[in-house]
Amino acid sequence: MTEVLGVLVIAALLAFVVWFVGSPLRHPTTTVERESDAQRALEAAKDAKYAEIRDTELDYRTGKLSEEDFRAIDRQLRAEAVEILRALDELR
Amino acid sequence: MAVVGRAALVLALLTTLFGIGASLYGARRGRREWVEVGRRSVYALVAILTVGIAILEVAFISNDFAYNTVANNSSLTTPLVYRAAAMWGSQEGSLLLWVWLLSIWSSLAVFLTRNRLKEVVPYAVAVLLGFGTFFTSLLVFFATPFGQTSPAPQNGVGLDPLLRNPAMIIHPPMLYSGYTFFAIPFAFAVGALITRRVDAEWIQVARRFALASWLFLGVGVLLGARWAYYEIGWGGYWGWDPVENAALMPWLISTAFLHSIMIQEKRGMLKIWNASLVLGASTLAIFGTFLVRSGVLQSIHAFGASTLGVPFVLLIATMVAGSIYLVVSRRDVLRSEHQLDSLFSREAAFMLNNIVLVGLCFVIFWGTVFPLISQAFTGTTASVGPPWFDRYTVPLALVLVLLSGIGPVIPWRRATLANARRNFALPVAASVAMLIAAYTVVPISSSVPTVILFCAVAFVFASVGQEFWRGWRVRRAMSGDSPPLALISMVRRNQRRYGGYIVHLGIATLFLGVAASATFQHTHYVNLDRGQSDTVGGFTFTNEGPTAAIVDDPSGTGALLTLGAVVRVSRDGRRVTTLRPTAEYFADASGAEGPVGSLIGGDAVSELALDSTWRRDISAAINAVPLQASLQGEINYANKLVTPKLLAQQPTLPYILLAIVARNYLRHPPPAPLKLASSPLVMWLWLGALIVLFGGLIAIWPPPGAVRRRVRARYLARVAQDLGRA
Repeated sequence: MTEVLGVLVIAALLAFVVWFVGSPLRHPTTTVERESDAQRALEAAKDAKYAEIRDTELDYRTGKLSEEDFRAIDRQLRAEAVEILRALDELR
Repeated sequence: MAVVGRAALVLALLTTLFGIGASLYGARRGRREWVEVGRRSVYALVAILTVGIAILEVAFISNDFAYNTVANNSSLTTPLVYRAAAMWGSQEGSLLLWVWLLSIWSSLAVFLTRNRLKEVVPYAVAVLLGFGTFFTSLLVFFATPFGQTSPAPQNGVGLDPLLRNPAMIIHPPMLYSGYTFFAIPFAFAVGALITRRVDAEWIQVARRFALASWLFLGVGVLLGARWAYYEIGWGGYWGWDPVENAALMPWLISTAFLHSIMIQEKRGMLKIWNASLVLGASTLAIFGTFLVRSGVLQSIHAFGASTLGVPFVLLIATMVAGSIYLVVSRRDVLRSEHQLDSLFSREAAFMLNNIVLVGLCFVIFWGTVFPLISQAFTGTTASVGPPWFDRYTVPLALVLVLLSGIGPVIPWRRATLANARRNFALPVAASVAMLIAAYTVVPISSSVPTVILFCAVAFVFASVGQEFWRGWRVRRAMSGDSPPLALISMVRRNQRRYGGYIVHLGIATLFLGVAASATFQHTHYVNLDRGQSDTVGGFTFTNEGPTAAIVDDPSGTGALLTLGAVVRVSRDGRRVTTLRPTAEYFADASGAEGPVGSLIGGDAVSELALDSTWRRDISAAINAVPLQASLQGEINYANKLVTPKLLAQQPTLPYILLAIVARNYLRHPPPAPLKLASSPLVMWLWLGALIVLFGGLIAIWPPPGAVRRRVRARYLARVAQDLGRA
């Protein structure tokens, strides 16, 4: 009885794995990618750049950066952010 | 059901192989459906291995000794809670747990990246399934957990008494989670290098997974230290054991990576270094697994000699060779985009922190593998002990603690002298105050490294406190929020920054506990008769008398006999606490010690009795071996009384005689062989660990979506405004 149950469990497990893993081959996806890898990479770069701008501002406000340094760094970071936005626009 | 378990393992192996093929085919040919098949193979692996885990768990819980694993690691007297956890007390059971956890975390990673890194993911899936193939192969061909013996023995050997501790129920799963999680950043790094996509999106994913593995492994290591504190070391939490070291090494490299990846994220620098760190951390995690399972090094935590060494060496060699090839062949995409602006910047501090962390790892690696090196060159196995490790790790740890205070107060890119003066004033003042206190108030002048560490801890506390105070003031000024709300919103808006600062605070707190307890611990080994006292670190320990329990083990470990002592602790004549250290004796399944002696002829362990406050730990432990030896005469006599005929008539006779032996112990106890200790600030170590965990959770927690969107919209407007002006 236990052996029969064992065989049934193995068969059920095998059937499940074949059905579940093979499902994409029976129903190939036709969805169109909304974003390319390059776009997503740029979006991530943009997020990182904005976070950096915020970090720099917080460093300035908490007294870790002089105003002169902050202005220079902030200007440079925003220029880099603009470049990323331009690249994103070109891809869209 | 053993056949189902074996079939599940074979099916798991086939699924991983099929998944690897599908992923690589899909990636090469651009066939999304095959990539999806590979992804689903990872999910299916969880289901298949869960069946295997469930079968083995049921066998342990139901005392099915037909399974060799159950017979060798459990017994009828093993309490239910420890039977449920006994699976990871065995080589094969813990391997099954390892690959099951790998499948769970891999599935989570694959699910979270289902819409990201489309080019990278198929290769990452192939690598993750490659690890799955390796470990399921071990289970199928080398160490099956479903091996059986017929007829089944009536009883099992029992779980190693050292593992009968609440921390051991959760410690291995946490540690294995840490180890298996390291496979994920490794897999994504390999995928990113193959596809030459070491970009910002990869950094986001790699950082998050590396942080998760760092957290899990850190918790696992600390639970192990906690277990050692109670069970092995009699009050020692770290012994520089090879297996302990093996877990610490990937954690250190991962810590370095979590810092240096920020430099890549912000400055596009250190790409080769970061790729090497993430690949190295995962390789070290596998190296740690190799040390535990191959039996090449002696360790209380290892599984002993096995045939798994060669497969692990091959895996490690493949990982190292593959990593080197990938980094070298992709050096064109790993070129730095910027250079270091100033040596006085956060980047420079992080680089120094990386050098120290990697240096620490190298020292620990060298000390750990030294027995293997000495064996290879001299033919004799020589090992290095804690003093060797302390000599090199203490100075490096001092620098590390100091850097965890310096990092938060210097800005990215460059710091000016005026700003530095302003930001370092309070931390330096705190260090100087601590130095003066150390030499005048607290008598710690005998240990210079400890004094320096205390000053470094004061520096960290002040610098992190200052950062929180200033950030909170800025937040209040900008938002007009109430004080508590301003603090919460400040942390929520900058989770990585303030989560990291909290981790630094936790590390400093942890080191405070380590330094104080290691330097100012007082320990005495004494034999105390009933009524005798001994003074340790200003506390008077008095043996008030013996304790004994048959079967009814107070700590619930399933020990048949528990002997101990009641130790009253007082200071200046006032009672502080009462400790009840015990020695637990477990049965010997072979029966070689005679009918009575075998009831307690197995392993014996000492359970630490501890009174812990935020200021100090007072502990007492009783040495099990001499106590047992003192009973040997009576045990031998009792063995002779139990003839086969009497035993057939009265099967409980050995227990009755053991109870008489225990009663005699209560009436005429031998001197109690005690280890008495007083250690200051140990609780700060555990508190520091909790703070680290809390900070790590803050750093890894997904940022609130609404806030992110609002901030993004505002900055987009500002960038657009700048564009308009330009």
